[in-house]
Amino acid sequence: MTSRQKRFAFIGLGLVVLGVATVLVLNAFNKNLVFFFTPTMVANGEAPKGQSFRIGGMVEDGSLKRENDGLTVHFVVTDTAKSVPVTYKGILPDLFKEGKGAVAQGQLAADGTFVASEVLAKHDENYMPPEAAEAMAKAKKAKASGAQSSNTLVIQTQ
Amino acid sequence: MIPEIGHFALILALCVALVQGILPIYGAAVGNSALMAVAKPAARTQFLLVLTAFGCLAYAFADKDFSVLYVAATSNSQLPLHYRLAAIWGAHEGSLLLWTFILTIWMFAVTLFSTHLPDTMRSRILGVMGLVSVGFLLFMLSVSNPFERLIPAAPEGRDLNPLLQDPGMVIHPPMLYMGYVGFSVAFAFALAALLGGNLDAAWARWSRPWTTVAWCFLTVGIAMGSGWAYYELGWGGWWFWDPVENASFMPWLAGTALVHSLAVTDKRGGFKVWTVLLAIMAFSLSLLGTFLVRSGVLTSVHAFATDPKRGMFILAFLAVVIGGSLLLYAWRAPRVGLGGSFSVLSREGLLLANNVLLVAAMGSVLLGTLYPLFLDALDLGKISVGPPYFDSVFVPLMTPALFLIGVGPLAQWKQAALPDLAKRLRWAFGVSVATAVALPFALGTWTPLLSLGLLLAVWIFSTAVVGVRERVGHVAGDGYVARLAGVPRSYWGMLLAHCGIAVFIVGVTMVKGFETEQDVRMNVGETATIGGYTFRFDGVQDVMGPNYTAARGTFHIIKDGRETAVMYPEKRRYTAQNQVMTEAAIDTGFLRDLYVSLGEPLDDGAWSVRLYHKPFIDWIWGGCLLMALGGVVAVSDRRYRPAWRREPQAVPAGARLASRQIA
Repeated sequence: MTSRQKRFAFIGLGLVVLGVATVLVLNAFNKNLVFFFTPTMVANGEAPKGQSFRIGGMVEDGSLKRENDGLTVHFVVTDTAKSVPVTYKGILPDLFKEGKGAVAQGQLAADGTFVASEVLAKHDENYMPPEAAEAMAKAKKAKASGAQSSNTLVIQTQ
Repeated sequence: MIPEIGHFALILALCVALVQGILPIYGAAVGNSALMAVAKPAARTQFLLVLTAFGCLAYAFADKDFSVLYVAATSNSQLPLHYRLAAIWGAHEGSLLLWTFILTIWMFAVTLFSTHLPDTMRSRILGVMGLVSVGFLLFMLSVSNPFERLIPAAPEGRDLNPLLQDPGMVIHPPMLYMGYVGFSVAFAFALAALLGGNLDAAWARWSRPWTTVAWCFLTVGIAMGSGWAYYELGWGGWWFWDPVENASFMPWLAGTALVHSLAVTDKRGGFKVWTVLLAIMAFSLSLLGTFLVRSGVLTSVHAFATDPKRGMFILAFLAVVIGGSLLLYAWRAPRVGLGGSFSVLSREGLLLANNVLLVAAMGSVLLGTLYPLFLDALDLGKISVGPPYFDSVFVPLMTPALFLIGVGPLAQWKQAALPDLAKRLRWAFGVSVATAVALPFALGTWTPLLSLGLLLAVWIFSTAVVGVRERVGHVAGDGYVARLAGVPRSYWGMLLAHCGIAVFIVGVTMVKGFETEQDVRMNVGETATIGGYTFRFDGVQDVMGPNYTAARGTFHIIKDGRETAVMYPEKRRYTAQNQVMTEAAIDTGFLRDLYVSLGEPLDDGAWSVRLYHKPFIDWIWGGCLLMALGGVVAVSDRRYRPAWRREPQAVPAGARLASRQIA
């Protein structure tokens, strides 16, 4: 091979590898996007059935119930406008609390219950997961009532 | 008063950095040696000034000076001294100061170990580092000053996030930053080469040890972060593909590619333009990582206050650094030249393949990390990219790269012959395939990934053995031991790092294949069994810590009728912020970890409990440490020693030994 041919062979090989990588990446990427929905969107039927997604909002006060096995829990996530009942089996994160923000990932069951495979409530007492904060901000905007409560939001700056 | 001194030192440091960034580079361009000579004293002065500022902040923390906003926000009077000091880098402002401090440490090191460099080169390197430092100092002084006062002073500090009150956290950020910032040296070398228009093998030899050392720090830093997540977050995972982790992993991938491409530039004078591009990439990704994590763009334990002014500054700074260096690259790179030609099947060719794969992997992580941010910024909806994406991309991309680890070091430079390679590698291949087939059988489960992982790990080990045998055959000397000693350290370093990867693969494969996990409700006296170990729960007691109260559970672990361990997981309540934290108990072993964390108290003294049995998990971090150790061994090779240290080689063996020990 002349050096010119070699260079082309190289470039060709590189492009093939990159092409394969791109196909793999984009394919996997598309399959693994997890979308986020607010309780209002779920109530309006915008959320997909039989597919995993995230919901976020505030855990409604007094909604946390534990089954006798000590592991299965039921609670309600709300954005103050609409709410969604959630079921989760497992140990909840440390910062999960009624009246605080939480994000859950899972699927919608036929009866309208959200079956969570993962519950996120992260990092800091005063910190609201941004998804949860936004869900509630949206609901508040939609209500457009003047009565604003200041304790629902938001990230407290340090 | 002390905080003001620190503030003032930062302002002076900015002035010095400006001088250091402008005069020497200009001097190098016009050939004025007086201007070039400014670089060294300026760098050292800047180091002293930033050291002063750092010391002042440390003093404010030690002194519990809650009239400093940053101190009040991240510490508390009950916080023990070592965590108060670690709180210096517990949030945004202090992290930036640490970053800048480490940058000046690297600068200082460059002034110490660059006496053998040409004046123009050294002044350009220090000049570029000075300019980077200008950016950081300006950022701190304009929008994120760690010395900002809080008047009137807070009576009590807000406390450091309890998750960060941990020994791992004390060391993890400085290690990581040593790595990030260390790439600034490689970056400065690359820009200096572009400015000077020449890039030869000597250039690569100078920049190689710097890059390798930075890479070692980064490797250890990432491993420690992963270890921290494992024992501190209480759910037993070691890598979550969290954007924050990805932010540190991307520079590592680019840095790994850079280490390999520098080898080609050093040994063969090839890949020049590509090496420069990788150096720019590695440092740009380090900057991106620092800012992504610390700016509040990403939400996690690492992210703090969000301030739009900071975001704008960061974007502008990134644009200037990345855009500027790429422009310089486009303008000057053609002058640097491509280097020698080589055939597809040659060590160069295989290293090129490794580089392409690593960069492709880096790109896929970048996509998965930044795409959700883009969508969010454009208000097109919120998404997250799940870990399965990264898993399914990484396995196919890394498998060929890992396979090449076995082939590359055995292939000749310039032109290798396939039949010859096949012959030399056949028994290594045989052993690997046999292990990959037989071992899962012996262990009783078979999955494709289990076999693949074992195949690759054994392949790397066995080809390393082949490599050593051949090397020893080529080295002159009498006796096997003498010849082993004759193999250069850079070679041992490479082997060690590669074997580290193999150890890492074993860890990942075994954990993924055989870990068991159970969430259970346990009454006092009840037992649960996983992985052959029986856990008996003996109830909880209340204990007091320095700044928390805790419920401490007692678990007796029984295997084959004998008690092997007693474990004490805790549920802590940190009083300052009234925050609850799970402190898992881990029984570490060479072949397995046992892991217990407390969930919630149920009625009658029962608790929900999470139990894990994790075979080989410590091999994951052990592998990372081996990789870093390999880097250290490689750097200690005598070919990197500056000329004045190599001179004693001419004198007798005793003196040589002494000089080795010094090095």
